[in-house]
Amino acid sequence: MTPIRERPPLLTMNHIEKTFAGDIVALRDMNLTVNEGDFISLLGPSGCGKSTALRLISGLMHPTRGKIEWTGGQGSDDLGVVFQEPTLMPWATVAQNVWLPFRLRGIAYNEVRDEILEALRLVGLEKFQTAYPRELSGGMKMRVSIARAMVTKPRLILMDEPFAALDEITRFKLNNDLLELKAAIGCTVIFVTHSVFESVFLSDRIIVMAARPGRVIHELEVDTPYPRHEDFRTSAEYAAHTRAASAALGDAIGEAA
Amino acid sequence: MTIADNAPAPAIVDEEEAARARRARVNRIAKWTLPSLVMVVSILAWHLYVTINEIPHYILPGPLLVAQSIVNDWNLLWPAMLITTRLTVLALLFAILGGVALAVAFTQSKWAEMSFFPYAVILQVTPVVAIAPLLQIYVESAFVAALLCAWIVAFFPILSNTTIGLKSADHNLEDLFTIYGATRWQRLRLLAAPSALPFFLGGLKIAGGLALIGAVVAEFVIGRAGTGLGLASTLLEASYRFNFGRLYAALILISTMGIVIFAITSTISYLLLRKWHESALKRE
Repeated sequence: MTPIRERPPLLTMNHIEKTFAGDIVALRDMNLTVNEGDFISLLGPSGCGKSTALRLISGLMHPTRGKIEWTGGQGSDDLGVVFQEPTLMPWATVAQNVWLPFRLRGIAYNEVRDEILEALRLVGLEKFQTAYPRELSGGMKMRVSIARAMVTKPRLILMDEPFAALDEITRFKLNNDLLELKAAIGCTVIFVTHSVFESVFLSDRIIVMAARPGRVIHELEVDTPYPRHEDFRTSAEYAAHTRAASAALGDAIGEAA
Repeated sequence: MTIADNAPAPAIVDEEEAARARRARVNRIAKWTLPSLVMVVSILAWHLYVTINEIPHYILPGPLLVAQSIVNDWNLLWPAMLITTRLTVLALLFAILGGVALAVAFTQSKWAEMSFFPYAVILQVTPVVAIAPLLQIYVESAFVAALLCAWIVAFFPILSNTTIGLKSADHNLEDLFTIYGATRWQRLRLLAAPSALPFFLGGLKIAGGLALIGAVVAEFVIGRAGTGLGLASTLLEASYRFNFGRLYAALILISTMGIVIFAITSTISYLLLRKWHESALKRE
């Protein structure tokens, strides 16, 4: 894997500020260069602006000040999103849900059937194409949601605490699978979490944020190379990174108080 | 191979599970038998009450007389039922068209909703009996007046439910559609409409019953001049003539119509939602 500093930039956030009504500063002077192939975690307590940062990058909100720039401009299929909830359409089958990003661009199901089946295969749900979301467990719904986000092979996938509502066994399994998926399609990921352990296991860059006002206070690198497997969780390296990230998060919480 | 190999594995009998299965079986049977029993007993009691107390038929006809009226007056009742059915079905149809169209307009334009929703409410809360005579004056065709009457009553639950339904889409899905650059039409067709479907169908069930009520009121108020001799007009006329057998026969047919409408709308609702909506699912 290319070292972080040698990767070409995908998008840059320059002096981004977002203020909500009532002079609430959700984000103050955020600067971040996201490189191609990065797995970035935004780690911080509630109210630190990590979700706001995601919404700004996804274009759902616009910054009060500052600019977000994509290298080579942003195309319509550059972005995939996974929310905290699976956010599936309950009236549509699994395959129809994964079809959605294509469908909204006017592409017929038959034209992209192979891509849809491939995405479902990657998340291990190829046997469930015709199932309805209600027939799936929480973890399986989240897999469908991930398949939908990556089916268009976007350059960047944004994930907003996607596994927070799942039990630990399912979460660990999905963490492993997510890394494999990322390697398979070679995209960039920005992952919002408030779990130190999750951020260390998944990412190679951890951006630690503090609240009131929301801002970046530390950036850590997790230099353990991919692929990372289950045994990484019990390694001394993992423990060291976790300690460092916890200390940084401690600063974030301390500064907010 | 021994015989034991072919024998089915002995079922593990759990007392609670067995009791649950028994209860479910009993409930399935009781669901039909109990109401049927209540009906039989009530009709019997009605019959006995009328015969023992020698109640004159112009005060309360016995069930036999009513049954006889249904058979004897069938040539009169059947065309009447067709007329009332036509009025009800047309009113419901226009209520669906008008209610859904207006709901879509309201959700597409906040200005339209702000401007017109209060008047939809006023139309709804003004008793239709009070409007009917006016309609009769201003609308030339009495049939159209009766139709308007029934439509006013039926259309509001569709409008109100569909409007709420169209706004009830999952917010994250809304965001997702925005991120993927969905058009207004895609948003309406692929997100708002399916989200609204359960609400619309709830409204449809209410509107079905109300359309019938509206049709009956219209027949009462506007009368046979406009609608032809519908069931409600027949009922009214039978009461003037002290023909209580026919009156009850008409009443029973009206309520049968209500039951049929409810059954049809419930079936439609079940068929459309059974695959995905919580309301139509069996608990696992």
